[in-house]
Amino acid sequence: MDDMKDIYLLIVLAPLLGSAIAGLFGKYIGRSGAHWVTIIGVATSTILSLIVFKDIVIDGAPVFNETIYTWMVVDGVRFEVGFLVDSLTAMMMVVVTFVSLMVHIYTIGYMHDDPGYQRFFSYISLFTFSMLMLVMANNFMQLFFGWEAVGLVSYLLIGFWYKKPTAIYANLKAFLVNRVGDFGFLLGIAAVLMYFNSLDYADVFAAAPLMQDMTMQVIPGQDWSLMAVIGILLFIGAMGKSAQVPLHVWLPDSMEGPTPISALIHAATMVTAGIFMVARMSPLYELSETALSVILVIGSITALFMGLLGIVQNDIKRVVAYSTLSQLGYMVVALGASAYAAGVFHLMTHAFFKALLFLAAGSVIIAMHHEQDMRNMGGLKKYMPITYWTMLIGSLALIGFPGFAGFFSKDAIIEAVHHSEIAGAGFAYFSVVVGVFITAFYSFRMFFLVFHGKERMDEHTRSHIHESPWVVTVPLIALAIPSIIIGAIYIGPMLFGDFFTGAIFVLPEHDVLGEIGQGYSGWGGFILHGMQGIAVYLALAGAGAAWYLYMKRPDIPTMFKEKLSIVYKVLDNKYGFDDFNEKFFAGGSRRLGGALWGVGDVKIIDGFVVNGTAKGVVWLAGVLRNLQSGFLYHYAFAMIIGLLLLIILFVMTIG
Amino acid sequence: MGFEQFVFYVFAGLLLFAGAMVITVRNPVHAAMFLVMTFFTSAGLWLMLEAEFLAITLVLVYVGAVMVLFLFVVMMLDINLVPLREGFMRYLPVGILVALAMIIMMGLVVGPEFGAHPVPERHGPDYNNTAELGSILYTVYVYPFELAAVILVVAIIAAISLTLRRRPLVKHQDPDAQIAIRKQDRLRIVKMDSEKK
Amino acid sequence: MIQLSDYLIVSAILFGLSVAGIFLNRKNMIILLMSIELMLLAVNINFIAFSYYLGDTAGQVFVFFILTVAAAEAAIGLAILVVLFRNRRTINVQDMDSLKG
Repeated sequence: MDDMKDIYLLIVLAPLLGSAIAGLFGKYIGRSGAHWVTIIGVATSTILSLIVFKDIVIDGAPVFNETIYTWMVVDGVRFEVGFLVDSLTAMMMVVVTFVSLMVHIYTIGYMHDDPGYQRFFSYISLFTFSMLMLVMANNFMQLFFGWEAVGLVSYLLIGFWYKKPTAIYANLKAFLVNRVGDFGFLLGIAAVLMYFNSLDYADVFAAAPLMQDMTMQVIPGQDWSLMAVIGILLFIGAMGKSAQVPLHVWLPDSMEGPTPISALIHAATMVTAGIFMVARMSPLYELSETALSVILVIGSITALFMGLLGIVQNDIKRVVAYSTLSQLGYMVVALGASAYAAGVFHLMTHAFFKALLFLAAGSVIIAMHHEQDMRNMGGLKKYMPITYWTMLIGSLALIGFPGFAGFFSKDAIIEAVHHSEIAGAGFAYFSVVVGVFITAFYSFRMFFLVFHGKERMDEHTRSHIHESPWVVTVPLIALAIPSIIIGAIYIGPMLFGDFFTGAIFVLPEHDVLGEIGQGYSGWGGFILHGMQGIAVYLALAGAGAAWYLYMKRPDIPTMFKEKLSIVYKVLDNKYGFDDFNEKFFAGGSRRLGGALWGVGDVKIIDGFVVNGTAKGVVWLAGVLRNLQSGFLYHYAFAMIIGLLLLIILFVMTIG
Repeated sequence: MGFEQFVFYVFAGLLLFAGAMVITVRNPVHAAMFLVMTFFTSAGLWLMLEAEFLAITLVLVYVGAVMVLFLFVVMMLDINLVPLREGFMRYLPVGILVALAMIIMMGLVVGPEFGAHPVPERHGPDYNNTAELGSILYTVYVYPFELAAVILVVAIIAAISLTLRRRPLVKHQDPDAQIAIRKQDRLRIVKMDSEKK
Repeated sequence: MIQLSDYLIVSAILFGLSVAGIFLNRKNMIILLMSIELMLLAVNINFIAFSYYLGDTAGQVFVFFILTVAAAEAAIGLAILVVLFRNRRTINVQDMDSLKG
């Protein structure tokens, strides 16, 4: 398997090399040099990932689980760099490298005039490297490394236009919110290390069933199930990374970054790291229904309420961002219902069609000269046909139109939740079903506002609108194809076959997918079965409602806005999460910081410790200086008196 | 009280009296004279302890050399004595207190412990202290003896080099410079025509 | 009979006197040097007394060395005193405070 090891190393290191060259020598290799070197790096990874995928999934090669490098050994705990490549990893590798490659190509067009061209390519290649490290990890240590590295690159890229105050604010916010999540994640890893004394997945998963009934006392006297604590702590990390309520607030703001980033990091790959992580940890999560219930409820809240916010947004990217939040909620719901395979399946289809939607939105933004407000768009269909059709495909896939990729994954989730029996499943089912309608509504609201209806842009912009260059449209088409077909191809093996055997572990009593799978008869049958459910019709109704309200009777939404101004206000303020965070956490920490500064820093540290030390030394020196009179006889006296005292001591003790 | 004890008390009393005078008299010359007296009386005590050689040495070296040195210095330097006596009375109680404490402490140590130590027999008239001292000084203690000689030499050199001073204005011969001089350094032969009358 | 302790106490009193001398004549350097001579003398008396009563000549050898060192010390001390007086026109210890920063 040595050749495989080299291949894996090459997959990971090729983007890193490209990133280093573009980042360090960007000045010398020029703009085209930068995009060639990074694209070659990522293309290498993509091709090799496809080979690996074929090897592992199609040819059924054995799972690769080896340590590549031992960083250090401390007290018997090994810190290693190692790769675990099974079907789950292989699928993630293909998704990450493929979307990344598409985004690299697309960026040539999108960032064409940007002065930070080389830097941008360096960052996205670095991201690809980090994400691959994350998904290929075979231990918690490397998982955490990848986790933080993608967070770092995300931070750098949200603030890519670092002269824009809103971008800086957004990247700081993303970083801080992710810190909250990562804190939980780190505690989770620490708990794993404490109880399992190993960071290796295989060791931990093997030992986990023995620990099922173990409890720990975080608060003395309160017995908490160890598995629940670990599961929830790790999930807090996933909540930060995958933007689940209440740690979702950074994702909409991250749209301040360039659009290719929104597509790659904040839709297709990084935000799904949490989903991947929970699926990877399925042997742990299966042991705690508490953790699963928490996941289910959090996911369904995100799925429903974040979707609602998408309705009132006017910024084209923010609509897509809220749909991403909502879809992430769907995936998390699937995880909570123990339908890990469905969650990961949705992750994959979502990666393709959401990247497609973002890139299409980016294409629109290029055409509109970086105008993002949908109220100033309209009627773009005749100017940009390729963007129009690919966007339509993406939207249909998103709402779950029968036959498109999203249909299979989303319907599977809905079915799985329907069959799930753990606490919170009823609420979750309600959320995901209503969510279908809302998703369809805001997706097609955006679609109609952008491509149909009156042309609301100004004259100057209109005269310049044209279809984007081939570097933009080719990735759109390349992503549109899997957005249509990938669901039909992989629903069988992934959900009901043995695609994930060995990678994902489900207890028999939680196996909702197995239950559904009993009636499964090919993807055609699945479509027919879906047609009998309510979800498809809700989706169609949502799209229809959007058409009616925004094409036929545009006065009705305005009327709603006035009549239901309270509801609108709540939605427009995003339920007040930002205000709350601003007032409570930011304001609170400012006040706390102010108090600590005033009392702790100025009075105690500066006043007492620093200046106090100096003053104390001055005072003590002033006293001691009197001893240092410089008169010889004073010293002589001191010696004599000391001698006298010694003699007295000697006589008293010995004599 | 035998004669021996009488002699001891006389010497001891004079010794302590002279020592007290050394530290209290106003004039340093008198202090030096009383110091001479302490040396004489302690030499007497040492004779009683059969340390004849050291007793003689003490008188010869100390009284003859060191004390003369003291007197030289005292007389040579034009010392204003008044400020040197300042604070004498102020420090008297403290000094007495410290001295008394020290004496009592040492008395507590040595008094009871050595009070009943057996007194050795006197040596006969043929006892030679100098020979005995020399016989171990030049054998067992020969290296320390050499070292003592070195210390004395160093002390001589140090004392000379400390007090030696060069006075640039004093006229004196410099034989080195006289010998090193060459003709061309100071002799200039000028050619000139003879003058006509 | 004269006991060993008699000599030791004489020497202790002499030592105490010299200590008092250092206290009293703290300004006069010549008397200070004399006090030190007295101290050494007290020590010497101790040595010789022990030497006699314990029958060990080594004590006298030590006295011999102490005399040597004391002579050297007196010579150097007086030399320093002379230099000092020459430079500062005083031997008042109170005026010698240039050690004080």
